[in-house]
Amino acid sequence: MYVAVKGGEAAIANAHSWLAEERRGDPSVPELSTGQIREQMTLAVDRVMAEGSCYDPGLAALAIKQARGDLIEAIFLLRAYRTTLPRFGASLPIDTGMMRVRRRVSATYKDLPGGQILGPTFDYTHRLLDFALAAEGHVPLPVPETDPGEDTACPRVTAMLADEGLMAPEQPSDAEPGDLTRTPLSYPAGRPLRLQNLARADEGFLLSMAYSTQRGYGNNHPFVGELRQGEVTVEILPPELGFPIEIGDITVTECQMVNQFNGSRTEPPQFTRGYGLVLGRTERRAMSMALVDRALRAEELGEEIAAPAQDEEFVLSHSDNVEATGFLEHLKLPHYVDFQSELEVVRAMRAAAAPAALREAAE
Amino acid sequence: MTTEGYNFAYLDEGTKRMIRRALLKAVAVPGHQVPFGSREMPLPYGWGTGGIQVTASVVGPDDVLKVIDQGADDTTNAVSIRRFFARVAPGLRTTERTAEATIIQTRHRIPETPLREGQVMVYQVPQPEPLFKLEPRRAETKRLHALADYGLMQVKLYEDIARHGRVGSSYDHPVMVGGRYLMAPSPIPSFDNPKMHLSPALQLFGAGRERRLYAVPPYTEVRSLDFDDHPFVPLRASGSCALCGADHTYLDEMVTDDRGGRLFVCSDTDYCGERQEQQAAERAA
Repeated sequence: MYVAVKGGEAAIANAHSWLAEERRGDPSVPELSTGQIREQMTLAVDRVMAEGSCYDPGLAALAIKQARGDLIEAIFLLRAYRTTLPRFGASLPIDTGMMRVRRRVSATYKDLPGGQILGPTFDYTHRLLDFALAAEGHVPLPVPETDPGEDTACPRVTAMLADEGLMAPEQPSDAEPGDLTRTPLSYPAGRPLRLQNLARADEGFLLSMAYSTQRGYGNNHPFVGELRQGEVTVEILPPELGFPIEIGDITVTECQMVNQFNGSRTEPPQFTRGYGLVLGRTERRAMSMALVDRALRAEELGEEIAAPAQDEEFVLSHSDNVEATGFLEHLKLPHYVDFQSELEVVRAMRAAAAPAALREAAE
Repeated sequence: MTTEGYNFAYLDEGTKRMIRRALLKAVAVPGHQVPFGSREMPLPYGWGTGGIQVTASVVGPDDVLKVIDQGADDTTNAVSIRRFFARVAPGLRTTERTAEATIIQTRHRIPETPLREGQVMVYQVPQPEPLFKLEPRRAETKRLHALADYGLMQVKLYEDIARHGRVGSSYDHPVMVGGRYLMAPSPIPSFDNPKMHLSPALQLFGAGRERRLYAVPPYTEVRSLDFDDHPFVPLRASGSCALCGADHTYLDEMVTDDRGGRLFVCSDTDYCGERQEQQAAERAA
């Protein structure tokens, strides 16, 4: 008799073994080390850290290796690890004004205090496949370091505009921000939680949402006021010490978008800010985040809410790729119990409809 | 991969306490969705992360755990979840017998063997909001629940009847719990809905991705939504099980060839197996 295929222990064990073999690939090709991934797949590592919301390049590299380069799978692995870590405190707010800047550009000014620093960017490369890279063993010449000059803070473009009264001030608050990894979002979420959500949102989703605002779906006339990338110091304030101590440096990217605002009944025309701050050198993400942040301020600024990118609940509840991929891929799981009941309903409805159709045909 | 370095049942004790507090609230307000700080789990969203977190929070080393998916213990996802707990909860016994289990985690079914007092049913829930197809905004559905305004759902049922002659939901058919809250029973076939009514077991529901928990305490009224002149009628495939002959259980349909051949077997493999053993014993006697 035909027996239903229900899988089970043996099938899973075999699938796992096959997966391990596929992951390794041709054993005559040397195995990738996590060190190689950490040092040479840096932007993949950065994306996994940003969306995994865990700053650990070594673990991110391991996740990428284990996930065979599937970054969403790697993000998932890192999140599942992160969630088991105990929390022993919260850091003080990082000060991006004191960033050791490796890249800093402004699109609103030709030159500005602190200067334009291009840094290691793809921006002006010609996208021609470099066949020389296919041959191994080539170590690029080190770039001669220029004297960074005095270790002074770069002033922010938005602060310069604010000095002139052209930049709408943000609402200051000393309230403890929520934590979306501990407390479920409810709507309206408010800006702190919104920014948390966007900081680890799927890059593709953020990019498309941001892009849609550029194409007229919630147009917000953005300019890159400033984009800066570099190292900042993380400090904690142990209550028993009473003064802050440095626990390490992290690389972050910050984007401040400056947007036109026509003014309202209560506010004069001025510029408004869209803000992006992300882990690692994930510039596209920081820019997208800033555009989406600004779009989501529509309600606060009294703008008409007509586009998806302006709809907080829509954006925030679909931005997380670990949630999205899990629910989408769960369709692979068996559903035959539900399908069986669907079958019975369709049959019952057909049975009920058939005599009526016959009657109509007879008339 | 080893599981050293992880707490009993994976979650840390602080998280378990948080989930148990949310569960207590859920039990106190039957059918009401309680938000909780759902964690990332090492299994994907949609695979039962809500149910797994609930089980991990209530399970102890003396418990006996049964995990089913589509009514069966040997489906891949059930095997995987059972193995997960066997791995991260040292001392925990697992079983395939409904009667032996103290905790039963399920996806899409309620066992045929009647549940008893002291047992805990843990349902994996993909979508806790029963109104989501009618009103996608949770800010709005929250208001509707607060006002017990379920007119939208009544209208949908009415339209189903007007169009199809019967209430259309074949699974995840909404229920009223304790006469107050409209609740999604999770995508169990409507055949299983009556089993929730006045059940002696504690029924807990976990939706990980949507970060909601809810509960039906023992002996609580659970009514499938219907109309007086169109009462709720659960459907099952007509026929009986090809293995044990049962004509009162929920059946899976097996397509046996490409010429329309098919047969039906019990979806609940444990129940079916027990009946077959009993029949074999009777024949031997």
